[in-house]
Amino acid sequence: MKKYLTRKIIIYLITFFIAASLDWAIPRLMPGNPVSLIVSRFAQASSGSASQASLVTKQMFDYFMQAFQLNIPWWEQYALFWRNIFTGNLGISMYLYPEPVINIILSAVPYDILFLLPSILLSFWVGNRIGAWAARSKKADNILLPTFYILTSVPYFWLGILLVWIFGTLLRVLPMSGAFSYSMTPSFTFAFIFDYLKHWILPFLSLFIVSLGGWAIGMRNMIIYELESNYSRYMGSLGASQRLIRKYSYRNAILPQVTGLALQLGTIVAGAITTEIVFSYPGIGYILFEGIMNKDYPLIQGCFLFIIVGVLLANFVIDILYMFIDPRVRIAYTEG
Amino acid sequence: MKLSERLKRWDVLYFFLTNNKFKIGIGILLFFILLSVIGPFFVRYTPYEYAGAQASPPTFDHPLGTSPFGYDLYSQLIVALDGTWLVGLIGGGVATMIGLLIGFFAGYKGGFWDELLMMLTNILLVIPTIALLVIIASFLNSRSVVLESVIIGLTGWPWVARAVRAQTLSLKSREFVNLSKISGAGTLKIIMEDIAPNMLSYVFMVFILQFGGSILAIVGLSFIGLGPTNSVSLGGILQDSVLWNALILGYWWWMIPPGIVITFMVASLYFINMAMDEAFNPRLRST
Repeated sequence: MKKYLTRKIIIYLITFFIAASLDWAIPRLMPGNPVSLIVSRFAQASSGSASQASLVTKQMFDYFMQAFQLNIPWWEQYALFWRNIFTGNLGISMYLYPEPVINIILSAVPYDILFLLPSILLSFWVGNRIGAWAARSKKADNILLPTFYILTSVPYFWLGILLVWIFGTLLRVLPMSGAFSYSMTPSFTFAFIFDYLKHWILPFLSLFIVSLGGWAIGMRNMIIYELESNYSRYMGSLGASQRLIRKYSYRNAILPQVTGLALQLGTIVAGAITTEIVFSYPGIGYILFEGIMNKDYPLIQGCFLFIIVGVLLANFVIDILYMFIDPRVRIAYTEG
Repeated sequence: MKLSERLKRWDVLYFFLTNNKFKIGIGILLFFILLSVIGPFFVRYTPYEYAGAQASPPTFDHPLGTSPFGYDLYSQLIVALDGTWLVGLIGGGVATMIGLLIGFFAGYKGGFWDELLMMLTNILLVIPTIALLVIIASFLNSRSVVLESVIIGLTGWPWVARAVRAQTLSLKSREFVNLSKISGAGTLKIIMEDIAPNMLSYVFMVFILQFGGSILAIVGLSFIGLGPTNSVSLGGILQDSVLWNALILGYWWWMIPPGIVITFMVASLYFINMAMDEAFNPRLRST
């Protein structure tokens, strides 16, 4: 068990190293200098004679190059980057100056957890159940399978738009944006929790419904393969009930689905980011969007790192879970 | 051998022509192809041209209505449709090509190269594509449709590589490959004559999935404000509509049609893929 976990941890550390290095390298490899871009924005805004403007621009350029430590050799920049990661220093936001990036992101994390965890887990559970039920039941399959395929083709955020339009604009029963009403302050009172849930339900539904389709398709195909396998036929010939055979098939089919959950996290993250934008939901996705809209590079890079860390942690948790549900992994690493 | 092979081909063709999912899928796909072929003849404005009535619901003059700035939304949609096809073709194509090369090489060579390439693939699979796309696109000042498609393709290949490798591994140990090896056929000949024909249908299905995946990727990317800078895109139209409060003002004609187009375009591809899956894997057929 220890061997399995060490192996996984090493792989994730390598992944984090590569991802963080990309986070550092990509902006530097891109054509054009972000600093000149910022300076040119200031230059356009300022008035005055041409020579005066160019002098100001030059000074500003030097100032920003120094502020972002871009005037030192690249290996020192890289070393500094890692030191900053370990000290939790992700720079200062340009858009919400002088707020440190790490504080902005940390304030968003609770909303993300409360929004993502229930929608991912519930859609996984419900989707697998429906998929297993649809497999090999002709009537249900013919209607449900195309429905699932249409569901996976919907862009997450567009379903969000559709839901807001129906429940917010047309029916006026649910709030359209934010995580809670402006008049409220976050607290553990009944009124606040009720208000929070009212804002939470639509973003939750858009993520839940779209990802449900994918899980159902996967489970449906897996169950069909399992029902055709030898152990199922053997059980059938012994006179076991369909119900029992399906129960065993489900337990086998859930394993690749759990692996799939780890692999699908990236897609779900993308869905969550866009959904948060539709609902102006104050999670990391919405912050990232504000960073992009305002060309706030430290904020974008910080969000990238946080998304990576979140996905890696989730992968690690899934690996541990997998060890408990698949006896083969447990035994292979404890006895072999 | 020849005859049975030919019969088998016809069998698959027959299955396609009688399969409802295939018919519906190809029908929707043809509709969108027709729309982007015939549609431009009815486009009377450029995407960002003041076309008259502001924020008007669909009328005879403006089949999909106009935005609050007086842009004709039908014209925007038709122009965006072209870009969407391009992203699917290039993004899906690049991802399939790279994934095919890497997956095949890893599966066929085995050993060290397999370990190395699969570790790389698995690492890239864990890193969310959207995060990579955001970090690349946000540092590019001008983004063309082609450039973004290539970037999407470059981030999408790990899925293909995994699938192709698994397929190669299973084909590599089949009897007919061993027979060719014993007969003294070279690696290239084995790949071209024994392995490639057996993988073709599979690779085509992977390409279809990547095509749909690339479309969804560009839509998401455009929606968060990192779409092509030189043309309209379906995600861009949706972003405009959300940013300019189409939701609160109830301009449904601005935000509903692009989503329907995306959903059914991608769904038609998935339907075709599903029908092909059933044709080549008879076990999955529901009837």
